Amino acid sequence: MSALPVRSRHVAGFVTLRRSVTNHLVTGVAIISTVLVLVPLVAILGYLLYKGASSLNLAFFTHVPVPIGVGGGGMANAIAGSAAILGLASLLGIPLGIGAGVYLAEYARGTWFGAAVRFTADVLNGVPSIVMGLSAYALIVARQQHFSGLAGSVALAIMMVPTVTRTTEEMLATVPNPVREAALGLGIPKWRTVLSISLRTASPGIITGCMLAFARVAGETAPLLFTAFGNQFWSFDLNQPIAALPLQIYVYALSPYDEWHRLAWAGALVLIVMIMVSVTLVRIFANRGALKGGH
Amino acid sequence: MKEPEIIPLSRVAKEPAEATPTIPATPRIPMMKTVVPQPGSEPHAVVGVASPSEIRNFLQAKSSGRIADGVFTGVMVLCALTIFAIVVLIIYVLVSHSQLSIKAFGWHFFATQTWDPVSGDFGALPFIYGTVVSSLLALLMAVPLALAVSIFLLDICPGVLRGPISFLTELLAAIPSVVYGLWGIFVLVPIIRDQAGPVLEKYLGWTGFFVEPNFGVSMFAASVILAIMIFPVISSISRDVMRAVPVNQREAVLALGATRWEMLRIGVLRNARMGIIGSVILGLGRALGETIAVTMVIGNHPGIVKNLFAPGYTLASVIANEFTEATGDLYLSALIEIGLALFLVTIVVNAIARLLVWAVVRQNEGGAH
Repeated sequence: MSALPVRSRHVAGFVTLRRSVTNHLVTGVAIISTVLVLVPLVAILGYLLYKGASSLNLAFFTHVPVPIGVGGGGMANAIAGSAAILGLASLLGIPLGIGAGVYLAEYARGTWFGAAVRFTADVLNGVPSIVMGLSAYALIVARQQHFSGLAGSVALAIMMVPTVTRTTEEMLATVPNPVREAALGLGIPKWRTVLSISLRTASPGIITGCMLAFARVAGETAPLLFTAFGNQFWSFDLNQPIAALPLQIYVYALSPYDEWHRLAWAGALVLIVMIMVSVTLVRIFANRGALKGGH
Repeated sequence: MKEPEIIPLSRVAKEPAEATPTIPATPRIPMMKTVVPQPGSEPHAVVGVASPSEIRNFLQAKSSGRIADGVFTGVMVLCALTIFAIVVLIIYVLVSHSQLSIKAFGWHFFATQTWDPVSGDFGALPFIYGTVVSSLLALLMAVPLALAVSIFLLDICPGVLRGPISFLTELLAAIPSVVYGLWGIFVLVPIIRDQAGPVLEKYLGWTGFFVEPNFGVSMFAASVILAIMIFPVISSISRDVMRAVPVNQREAVLALGATRWEMLRIGVLRNARMGIIGSVILGLGRALGETIAVTMVIGNHPGIVKNLFAPGYTLASVIANEFTEATGDLYLSALIEIGLALFLVTIVVNAIARLLVWAVVRQNEGGAH
């Protein structure tokens, strides 16, 4: 600075004051914004923990809903129903997604068709969940003339496909080509190479993607509203209306009864814990699964 | 047949085949029949990444690998085609189930205010209004915050805090919609009704946007919930885009004596602006389709009013709220047509957003190294 001519030094000093004030102002705004964003997050999680933990008891996991006026009751059937719906959805959605991902990464890299598939998957990812519910309704429920867990599973499976596809593709892309070449060089056919070499090497990442997709649909209510529909009793028949945890929370939250509100909070906590556990597992997998020595 | 991926190998392998033009090339080796390796066989005939040597040709022809390869490839292609099929199928079922309403109301459906299930008169305008207003309001709240947080996490935040904070904001994305709704009903709505409402009315009541009576469940509550929900989307994608800006852009601006803010403004934000717009549009797409949380706090009353404390209704929430109770084919059909409109709008919005984000990331990938 001292090397500058006097006049420049003056100008520089003058500008710097205004500029540094702006700079600090922006820094301050950024910090305040971050705090502002963290407040609702902590509020939501904290309140949920507080309300949920105080409402949770053993009966929640072992009993089915009871009519209002009768104390107690739980959401055991809803937890089981959710598990059944999500299980079927995963069975349908994950293989399909992995297949499409394998195609994109191993067969269609750099082709326009692959780009089209990729783009469609991305766009499908942004389709509102309620539209998936409507489609499953029109496709299955309207035809069968009754609500069914199967329709709910189909709606959720469709929502899982794009996420699984894109992560599978990205994870396969991290598998170094020499690994594939080595397998092919041994005379292993391409399909075996894909299955036993590429997919296996990338499996931690792919599992991560599947669990992310699972966590994402596990909390979905909108696609189940007029497909799985809900059920107050035990039912494992996926061809009939079936209870689901998010659905039950929704119904109870909108009811005017305090007892049901309590159960809704407990259900929300259970749901969140389920999702958080899978997200955390994802993190562990993702950290462990990062391909070491790829180059 | 697709091009081999490993180019150097294939080039080496191709040459001998091309150098022997006297032997007529058999285009494809018949399965299982070829016992003797054929030197002139087309290298692309065997499914494989690298074009094979003659020995490998021979070995592969002996094994049943080619059948399995063909089947496997077919299955994978089928999976990929399913993604197209899903989109086509969704459009098909939605269109076919909303025929009744499309025929009855035509384009007027989207310009009519009445929503009268009793007399069978349907118009979607109040829902379109509700969706647009709540989403734009949510963007207005979420975008500045999201950009500020992205900047904070990228350039200001001490390294120790970066991990936990970005993990926390990612958690926001993992909370299900119904839990936001629950929190909205029991925490946010009372706050808006009792604490924030009177203050807003006192200072901003003159604008006409915040007028009593205020029952808490309102367009405003829905916008706040939406803002919280779309924040992680905008924040994480805009952060990715900003990170994709080559470091030498930053260094160049810093070398000219810029402060940190000037570096961000000139070197980063300007380069990443298309991608940032893309992330905002992606957030918009999420907001347009968000259903459950909005349904729980917006009040579900059709009407076009300026007052944000008044209850509203959105395209998604009318479907969620009325579909199971809808009686009559025309009513159902009208609701499905609303779903179709929502689907088409979100597809267009998402397509635009993806293209913008892609454009930036791809453009900067080249210059990053």
